[in-house]
Amino acid sequence: MSDVNRTDNVMSQVMREILSGGFIRTVIAIVLGFIVGAIFMIGSNKEFVESLAYIFARPGDAFGAAAAVVGDGYGALFKGSIYNFDADTFEKAVRPITETLRLGAPLIAAGLGIGLTFRVGLFNIGGTGQLIFGMIFATYVATRLELPFVLHMFVALIAGIIGAALLGALVGFLKARTGAHEVILTIMMNYIALYFFTFLMRDPALLQETRASGNPKADAAAESAMFPRLLGDSYSLHWGLIFALIAVVVFWWLMERSTIGFRLRMVGFNPDAARAAGINVEKTYILAMALSAGFVGVAAANQSLGVAVGVTPSAHANIGFDAITVALLGGSSGPGILLAGLLFGAFKAGSPSMQVIGVSPEVLGIVQGAIVLFIAAPPLIRAIFRLPKPQTTNALGEMRRRIFVKGGAK
Amino acid sequence: MKLELSGITKRFGALVANDSIDLVIEPGEIHAILGENGAGKSTLMNVLYGLYTADEGHIELDGVKQNFSGPGDAMAAGIGMVHQHFMLIPVFTVAENVALGHEPTKALGVIDLATARKNVIEISERFGFNVDPDALIEDLPVGVQQRVEIIKALSRDAKVLVLDEPTAVLTPQETDELMEIMRELAKSGTSIVFITHKLREVKAVADRITVIRLGKVVGTAKPEASTSELASLMVGREVMLTVNKEPATLGKVVLTVENVSVLDDRFQKAVNDVSFEVHEGEILALAGVQGNGQTELAEFLLGLRKPLGKEGKSSLSGKEITNASVRQSLESGMGFIPEDRKTDGLVSEFTVAENLMLNSSYKSRFTKGLNINFAARKQIANEVIQEFDVRTPSAETPAHKLSGGNQQKVVVARELSRKINLLIASQPTRGVDVGSIEFIHERIIAERDSGKAVILISTELDEVLALADRIAVMYRGKIVGVVDPSTSREDLGKLMAGVTL
Repeated sequence: MSDVNRTDNVMSQVMREILSGGFIRTVIAIVLGFIVGAIFMIGSNKEFVESLAYIFARPGDAFGAAAAVVGDGYGALFKGSIYNFDADTFEKAVRPITETLRLGAPLIAAGLGIGLTFRVGLFNIGGTGQLIFGMIFATYVATRLELPFVLHMFVALIAGIIGAALLGALVGFLKARTGAHEVILTIMMNYIALYFFTFLMRDPALLQETRASGNPKADAAAESAMFPRLLGDSYSLHWGLIFALIAVVVFWWLMERSTIGFRLRMVGFNPDAARAAGINVEKTYILAMALSAGFVGVAAANQSLGVAVGVTPSAHANIGFDAITVALLGGSSGPGILLAGLLFGAFKAGSPSMQVIGVSPEVLGIVQGAIVLFIAAPPLIRAIFRLPKPQTTNALGEMRRRIFVKGGAK
Repeated sequence: MKLELSGITKRFGALVANDSIDLVIEPGEIHAILGENGAGKSTLMNVLYGLYTADEGHIELDGVKQNFSGPGDAMAAGIGMVHQHFMLIPVFTVAENVALGHEPTKALGVIDLATARKNVIEISERFGFNVDPDALIEDLPVGVQQRVEIIKALSRDAKVLVLDEPTAVLTPQETDELMEIMRELAKSGTSIVFITHKLREVKAVADRITVIRLGKVVGTAKPEASTSELASLMVGREVMLTVNKEPATLGKVVLTVENVSVLDDRFQKAVNDVSFEVHEGEILALAGVQGNGQTELAEFLLGLRKPLGKEGKSSLSGKEITNASVRQSLESGMGFIPEDRKTDGLVSEFTVAENLMLNSSYKSRFTKGLNINFAARKQIANEVIQEFDVRTPSAETPAHKLSGGNQQKVVVARELSRKINLLIASQPTRGVDVGSIEFIHERIIAERDSGKAVILISTELDEVLALADRIAVMYRGKIVGVVDPSTSREDLGKLMAGVTL
């Protein structure tokens, strides 16, 4: 095997170790993430900082201020994302949870896509680009074709899936053909996709809205192509959630029950054995990238067809990157990604209400990053909680050897 | 410095990798440790270098007992190691790589590169290494990179230098240069431990030779010993394995190989114009010292390597498979037991049941449309586990939890429970306990008796003699002789050393 392949294998094995973390570890990581967020909230709170000046005289003030800001902040997050007990009616009180579901849906779908590549030993950092390609296709169908209701929606959805999958397959093809690393390829594709999308939206003959104002913006999706509201007009939750849930079931079937998933996992665990078992590893990489992007395409359709306003270059809403964190937190399993997507959906839903009470919602980004950091840095967690060290696998041993043997450290 | 290893024993679970090994290395001596892959050479050296802790025995340097808890200790005590895979950073210069780990520093921790360069130049000149301290590692040929490794060890005042299979990556010319360097170093008083399985090099450079086999020292020899003597020491003298078998009843030709040449990973001709046939009901053994083209030939037959040029041809049951894909080969009735079950034979994270369907994931009894047929898989797995006596808590246990012998039984079971007419078994009992060896041997003979063609690729002479109906000996990519299993060990040893009878 060439050295490139060796590095690839080590990387994907370490990835596997990260993904193989248990439930307890995930919960610990989430709790730690919230603690880190709390520290930032406290540190940026004016009353707390002022109370530090006389902390020895009246320490209670500092603690009181700290507790208050954390309580207010996470309280607002709860009210904004799950249940608002200050609302006058029940209908209004449960709106936050429907928002969480609405915003979580594309994260789940895209998270499944990214998780799929992790299972095959690949790193798809190109969720954004694939999402945008899906949006191009879905938006074109939704704004330029005339079809009856339901059929129009499904055609647009499938167009979104195909559009994204094409870009994914291209990356897989380039990797298989040239040996270029998929991380580089997908990152570069992100730029190409984004600027291509903007270019299309500047040309009225292509995607730009008909009453052109000069800004890069597309028409709103035709009503026949839009995802219908799920719970009536008082909630903006739409069928995107249903499609995301279907995607979870499809993902689970694909990865756990089907022979296709069996081969995908085989290549992810041990490409050499897969090759000796008659599997075309290069083709499997292409297939994996296409399937991965296909799931991202469901999220793309969600972005194009979920709201009654035309898409703009920023409509990708960073879902492609958030999906990486969703997949990591969810351990690349269907149910895990479902839960992780809902958690981060709740962050998105809750951040405006945090802003309203004067806590900067960026804290949630820090929490999100910290959670994944704790997941991806198991040694850190083990060190903090003095957990027993798991059996060293070959991959970790190899990495340690490479890093330490040279320096003579132990 | 005099290095003494006494009674070193290292176990991995049930496997005894080193069995009370004694070794004395005199100052200024080139001491070759000769043995097949998997004989326990590398384990022994890892014990010496502090990477493993020995279960029994101890290490002495100049009569002082050592207790290494890591490579750092070993280095500090004067032991240097050049690994088979170099531990160099490609984008750093030679001097930077040599300095890495104990960099000479000036005030404020600034690296004193001038001193590092001076060190490299000095060592390089003393031994005629001819290495530019400012060259980037990635620009250097492999042979020079190896010299950098040696400089690295010497710059840390190594008195004992361990070279682990140093010639595996070198061209013949680079090998000669390395031997010159080894002699030079020995003259200046450095002891050298030279690990290899190549007889020619041992004879050319060693002062003393210790042969290791199955974790034990099986003999010591002088370089004047004949090649065939060394070869038979290495692959075993005593008959340990006896298998009852009837004479073969030959049927039709199953596999034909004509004029096949194959390149290895370094684009050297590993298989050179090989032709042979295998019949129904016979076991053809491909014998030879490791690295004489057997691996590449097996990979060609499976479809992992393409033949060189247009002359080469192979056909299985009358169907041409010269350029067949692996899947086509497997589907046309080839059973394949790879020589390294860990990399090629098993997915160790997969369960036993999953490993049993590894190469039957397309249309097979394990599948139902695009679905895995879980019920059938469970049933087949349980049957096969029973039939092949695989010791596992259940069919759903991950393969890495099994012992080496049982892992190998899973591979053997997978191949034998498929519909095949040719079985290629590469090192089928390497790293396997004695009980499982016997079982696997019996199963291979049973395959032959049921009318299948079998190719046994083995570097173990005992195994070859116990199983084979015909023995083809490979040397430097060629079949140098096809002989009867009644041929004497001496004659086989000669063939394996490239001497034609």
